[in-house]
Amino acid sequence: MSQHLPVLLVVIPLLLAPIAALVNRWKAAWVIAVGAAFWALYASVSLVRIVLDQGALSYEMGGWAAPYGIEYRVDLASAFVALIVSVIAAVTILYARTSVQREVSEDRGALFYSAFILCMTGLLGIAVTGDVFNVFVFLEVSSLSAYALIAMGQDRRALTASFQYLIMGSVGATFIVIGIGLLYVMTGTLNMADLAERIPEVASNRTIPVAFTFLTVGITLKLALFPLHLWLPNAYTYAPSAVTAFIASTMTKVAVYLLLRFFFTIFGADFSFGQMHLEMVLMPLAVVAILTMSLVAIYQDNVKRLLAYSSVAQIGYMVLGISFASVLGVTAGIIHLFNHALMKGALFMAMGCIMYSIGSVRIDKMAGLGKKMPWTMAAFVGGGLSLIGVPFTVGFISKWYLVQAALERGMWPIAAVVMVGSLMAVVYVWKVVEVAYFQTADPDHDIKEAPLSLLIPTWALVAASFYFGIDATTTSDIATKAAEALLGVMP
Amino acid sequence: MRALGLFNYWAVIVLMMVGFYTLIARGNLVKKLIGLNLFQTSVIMMYVSFGKVTGGTAPILLEHGEDAVYSNPIPHVLMLTAIVVGVATLALGLSLVVRIKEAYGTIEEDEIRDSSL
Repeated sequence: MSQHLPVLLVVIPLLLAPIAALVNRWKAAWVIAVGAAFWALYASVSLVRIVLDQGALSYEMGGWAAPYGIEYRVDLASAFVALIVSVIAAVTILYARTSVQREVSEDRGALFYSAFILCMTGLLGIAVTGDVFNVFVFLEVSSLSAYALIAMGQDRRALTASFQYLIMGSVGATFIVIGIGLLYVMTGTLNMADLAERIPEVASNRTIPVAFTFLTVGITLKLALFPLHLWLPNAYTYAPSAVTAFIASTMTKVAVYLLLRFFFTIFGADFSFGQMHLEMVLMPLAVVAILTMSLVAIYQDNVKRLLAYSSVAQIGYMVLGISFASVLGVTAGIIHLFNHALMKGALFMAMGCIMYSIGSVRIDKMAGLGKKMPWTMAAFVGGGLSLIGVPFTVGFISKWYLVQAALERGMWPIAAVVMVGSLMAVVYVWKVVEVAYFQTADPDHDIKEAPLSLLIPTWALVAASFYFGIDATTTSDIATKAAEALLGVMP
Repeated sequence: MRALGLFNYWAVIVLMMVGFYTLIARGNLVKKLIGLNLFQTSVIMMYVSFGKVTGGTAPILLEHGEDAVYSNPIPHVLMLTAIVVGVATLALGLSLVVRIKEAYGTIEEDEIRDSSL
């Protein structure tokens, strides 16, 4: 069976999604979604192991040889991204049961889980496919289901947030299709490996830089790089808590993976950075994202929105790492994909616990929560420490690599930006901690700690963010090897 | 004359820009969706133009014309998928508009923004 793993990883959840919608009972649909998520977890863990052992896997869809047929290609970067998606999916689906029951009406429960499975399927598909048009299809599968999931938020502003995301996301996806079309016209192929071989022959033609530009804009819109992040804060703020935890930790990460895939595997670092000078665009935008979005986060009253702006800043760190186009920089980017997924997942889940208990995530409602909900707030502090980048948390590992990559290039002002960004994270995390721990609660309200079914998944991510902060050998090993493979450096 | 021969690409550019402008400039959510759809449709036309070979037939096996000129079917087939995606996006967008109308009583962007405050 193991030779069919790349396709089964995607196909089994894809088949389970309509079944979940058809059974139309939210409990049964939830069980199916748990099955899909844990299958994906099992498959992606096996894939990472196989790839670490034997190198990249290739799967020919329907037995049609690449480049004529659709190829699924799993190398270390794609297996690692699939692992991130399925780990977060498995944890959030366990979390979703209680949280979604409170936040989404019961008659929509089955559809909710169906859309959730589809969203996960799309993201996994992007990770494993080796065909650029397939990327677009899976991108739309995940995006369309994400719009539907966001629209299920309680607040009516969830609808407008979802609509805004739909408009911007579709424009981004269309830009990607235009780019893919122009590449196809020049090379006559859609297979990634084949494209990588053929692009250098025609790179002097003006069509290739145009395709490159369309793809850059489309992908950076999807990954919410400043200033194309406008869809993100509202979408994260008004979506149901479990959805926010899932998409905040996975969707933008998969888009970052796409960025890596297109710029390093398909166009090649020589073209992207040597000829097109992509770093001249990505680096300033990443720096601006880190500084301004952290500043905006400090002034937010809604903690989910605060964390959303912090996400845009964190995406800045990933893109900053990639913009160095060195093994160390790309390693920093990839490792931050994983680390940020853990910490943001934990933080948004803590917000879901608070939403469950007090029905709001506004900062002024959180007075005294440190005493009333000690476990939830402790999880928030744990995730917050990681966001700041305190030693022994995953955030520290990411920043360590990032600063090293900056210094390797002799760009100490960039290293300083990373430090300033961390200091700003201290300010916005402290803002919440201060209200929760140093203000007394309104004695009239009887606030209970969130149930264990919410706390256990939250703490699983918090614990992971400490574990991989102390023992980062596995993650940094995978990230380094993936970066070397992407840059074509032989270890 | 060369520019005239590429008139389908000019049509693509015009459609794309009309759609994109509508998408950005109009405050009415339905008009925004119309703009989005025009924008996506222009890409479909672009792909179809890519695959078309002048004088080419459909890519089917002919009895006596082994060396027949035929259009490239792949961009055309890809656009079948893109049409499905476009329809799904439009359906989802319109259903969101219906629910926005129910929740806010309007589908004008500025009025929605005012009532959100």
